[in-house]
Amino acid sequence: MVSTCDSDFANLNKGNVEEEPHVLAVDDNLVDRKLVEKLLKNSSCKVTTAENGLRALEYLGLLDGKKSSMNNNALKVNMIITDYCMPEMNGYELLKKIKESSLMKDVPVVIMSSENVPTRINKCLEEGAQMFMLKPLKCSDVKKLRCHLMQCRG
Amino acid sequence: MEIVGQLQKQYVEFSTSLYREGFLDEQFIQLQKLQDESNPDFVVEVVSIFFEDSEKLINDLATAIQQQVVDFKQVDAHVHQFKGSSSSIGANRVKNMCIALRSFCDEKNLDGCLRCLQQVKHEYFLVKNKLETLFRGISHLKENIDSFFSFLIHHFFRRKK
Repeated sequence: MVSTCDSDFANLNKGNVEEEPHVLAVDDNLVDRKLVEKLLKNSSCKVTTAENGLRALEYLGLLDGKKSSMNNNALKVNMIITDYCMPEMNGYELLKKIKESSLMKDVPVVIMSSENVPTRINKCLEEGAQMFMLKPLKCSDVKKLRCHLMQCRG
Repeated sequence: MEIVGQLQKQYVEFSTSLYREGFLDEQFIQLQKLQDESNPDFVVEVVSIFFEDSEKLINDLATAIQQQVVDFKQVDAHVHQFKGSSSSIGANRVKNMCIALRSFCDEKNLDGCLRCLQQVKHEYFLVKNKLETLFRGISHLKENIDSFFSFLIHHFFRRKK
């Protein structure tokens, strides 16, 4: 797991102080989706999964042309964790879209990948990803994630 | 109940052999760690998804490789998925075979791909068989433990009266 602790999780307190952070997990692989969901649930997180970048943006109300509709989902989400290698829209492109949104830009985004490619990692971190995690994820990886989330809450 | 002890021993020996022979790796242990009372069938569920997903991928791979003009990018995309899911559940030998298949893809070596795909299939069905045996062993153990406890409770209450 490669991470940056240049964390800016400051905007996690969105109105109500929730006991359970809500995480949006994006991965095109069904097995991995099931796994990341369980990992997060075991760490007391509420989880919503999406099978690709478009679905994720749709959930967040960030799809072009639909921005006008008020979407509660974006307000509920405390963190987004996404796979890098996905068809059509990869994790980096999704990250960019999220950072371009005034509503979502301060929400921490974690990128996962099975491939340890330094240029890929740096590109994501430079674009504002909070952390880069190597797959397959272990229980200890998500626990670290959870600690980060908890530290930065008010 | 001697049978429980025997079953336990058999299960442990079998399970250990799977790691020793490289069928499974540390990631399978991670999977087991995730299972809890809130989801007592988690491992079986994820592995079932893996089986379904893999068999579809194997078919897609076979189709892609048999095209008149092979699209190696498409083949690679399927192998990437397969490598990912096998790695995530700890199916070590399948994962390694996928890595080998990817190399042949990169080289656009059709013959290599064909041969390697056969090996991927072989490893997949091997580990599938092993895992099914493992799960059967667990439920067999559970059944025997359950009947052992039922026996104990029944015996205890009979004596109390």
